[in-house]
Amino acid sequence: MDIIYTIWLRNMKRYIRSKSRIIGSISMPLFFLVFLGFGLNSVVQLPGLGGNYIVFLIPGMVAMSVLFTSVFSGIQIIWDKQFGFLKETLVAPVSRLEIMLGQTLGGATIAVLQGFMILVLSVFIGLHLSSLTGFLIALGFMILIGISFTAFGIAIASRMEDMTGFQLIMNFVIFPIFGLSGALFPISSLPAWIAPITLLDPLTYGVEGIRYGLTGFSQINPLISFTVIGGFTLVMTVLGAFLFRKIKF
Amino acid sequence: MTVAIHVENLTKRFNDLVAVDGISFDIEHGEIFGLLGPNGAGKTTTLSMLSTILKPTSGSAAINGIDIEHDEDGVRKSIGIVFQDQSLDEELTAWENMDFHGRLYRLAAEVRKQRTSELLQLVELEERKNDIVKTFSGGMRRRLEIARGLLHHPSVLFLDEPTLGLDPQTRNHLWQYIATLAREKGITIILTTHNMEEADRLCNRVAIIDHGRIIALDTPTNLKDGIGGDVVSIRTPNPEAIVASLNEPWVLRKEQHNGEVTISLQNAEHRISTIVTALNQRQIPIESISIHKPTLEDVFLSFTGKTIREQEADHKMNMRTYQRMMRH
Ligand SMILES: Nc1ncnc2c1ncn2[C@@H]1O[C@H](COP(=O)(O)OP(=O)(O)O)[C@@H](O)[C@H]1O
Ligand SMILES: [Mg+2]
Repeated sequence: MDIIYTIWLRNMKRYIRSKSRIIGSISMPLFFLVFLGFGLNSVVQLPGLGGNYIVFLIPGMVAMSVLFTSVFSGIQIIWDKQFGFLKETLVAPVSRLEIMLGQTLGGATIAVLQGFMILVLSVFIGLHLSSLTGFLIALGFMILIGISFTAFGIAIASRMEDMTGFQLIMNFVIFPIFGLSGALFPISSLPAWIAPITLLDPLTYGVEGIRYGLTGFSQINPLISFTVIGGFTLVMTVLGAFLFRKIKF
Repeated sequence: MTVAIHVENLTKRFNDLVAVDGISFDIEHGEIFGLLGPNGAGKTTTLSMLSTILKPTSGSAAINGIDIEHDEDGVRKSIGIVFQDQSLDEELTAWENMDFHGRLYRLAAEVRKQRTSELLQLVELEERKNDIVKTFSGGMRRRLEIARGLLHHPSVLFLDEPTLGLDPQTRNHLWQYIATLAREKGITIILTTHNMEEADRLCNRVAIIDHGRIIALDTPTNLKDGIGGDVVSIRTPNPEAIVASLNEPWVLRKEQHNGEVTISLQNAEHRISTIVTALNQRQIPIESISIHKPTLEDVFLSFTGKTIREQEADHKMNMRTYQRMMRH
């Protein structure tokens, strides 16, 4: 436990110190919210989903913020490799699993904090948090997204030598995961042939879960969402831990 | 004296490259032991195996009697290591880097605090303890890494090229720290270097390593004495002629490399005029001639026929050829 905490603590210290990173990574979802949200609010009708596009979009942007921050936090391990710091950790008499879990929880915490900031800012543009339960449900889903995608980032970073493949991963994995997740539009509005693909996207269930918590509406039963994203979190953590164990240094 | 590090036939292969080729040695407690050799000789690979980072292909080693393959954590707890490449977290302060290390090695909060402040004092970084490492110079970083490597009171400290890339003044300073450490704390130190002077000044014993093999192992003094009293270096356009013509019995050894001939002999100051006269008679031109006491460089030269720098140039060329092959 103390080792996991140690790794977590280092992540938090670095996070608090990187003001530009904090601001940088909330700016994109915020930008989307303001321009897409206000831009499309009067044009888009969403029957049966609360009607209001901004309110529909907010959970998507919270999820986006958590998604990108967590993948990025996981991938940070590559920098630790390149700057040599990973050696310091790996040569200590501690297990790789503890290191990996500490890194995962650190990344997830940062990601959830970033998502939380979007959530708080959203209150000023139309989000009504009606119940504490709803908020806690949303928070739970945010944590699951945070853990699963940090672990995903660690899994990828464990197999990469440097950052050259990063852009590729972003373009061909992370953006599709985001785009297909129903963060920007209701999955029911997609052509029939795409809909099944969105259901294969784990983030869909995360977004739906947060949406249920924050707005009370969702197209997927929250219990199903919870089961799927929970299972995904477990699988990713195991995969991340497995690949992290095999890192050579 | 008891044995701190025991190494027997240790070998590491990377595919068809034998990076470390069946080396054996014992290091006693409190000793400063040097692995001296050119780039690519296998020094880092040796340290990596001893610190359980790499698995040996064959052979065995033990630190304080703990086998490196059977009890990794046991070995890891009893060693401190300063890697060849920097391994600090630049975004954290000196203190935080130390604290992180202390927590990783499960030191109690009190112990962590007390030792950190003690060690930072030792390496004269106490005043900068709350500064972010990014703002530190190369020498300060190295000192911090050494302090960090000592935090968990290892009985053996590994220093991989501790002064590489530092300016001469900082290097001298660091040598003093390392010598003091070994003397006052009784720590066993194994360091790698391709700097002859470093090996000579710091180490109780030096193993000269080339192409993964130990080619000589002794105290610096004995190694240099092995060469014979003095060394005369002659620079000339025609080195073969010199080697061929100097056959007097007092010439202990002749080496030719890169337009230079080095001759080992006793009482060089009395022999030099004979040498010059002999070469003049045979009309062999001399560009320059010098006498010096043997250095570890001469020792390396006498065993390999090359200077360390030449050996490194060769290694770089091989690496380049290798990389070109890999690319195609
Ligand atoms: N992980 C590796 N894979 C393949 N070859 C390696 C690896 N590590 C080192 N080598 C090779 O092994 C040899 C010894 O390297 P190293 O131990 O780093 O030498 P030194 O530290 O003495 O400069 C070199 O030829 C180097 O290229
Ligand atoms: Mg090396």
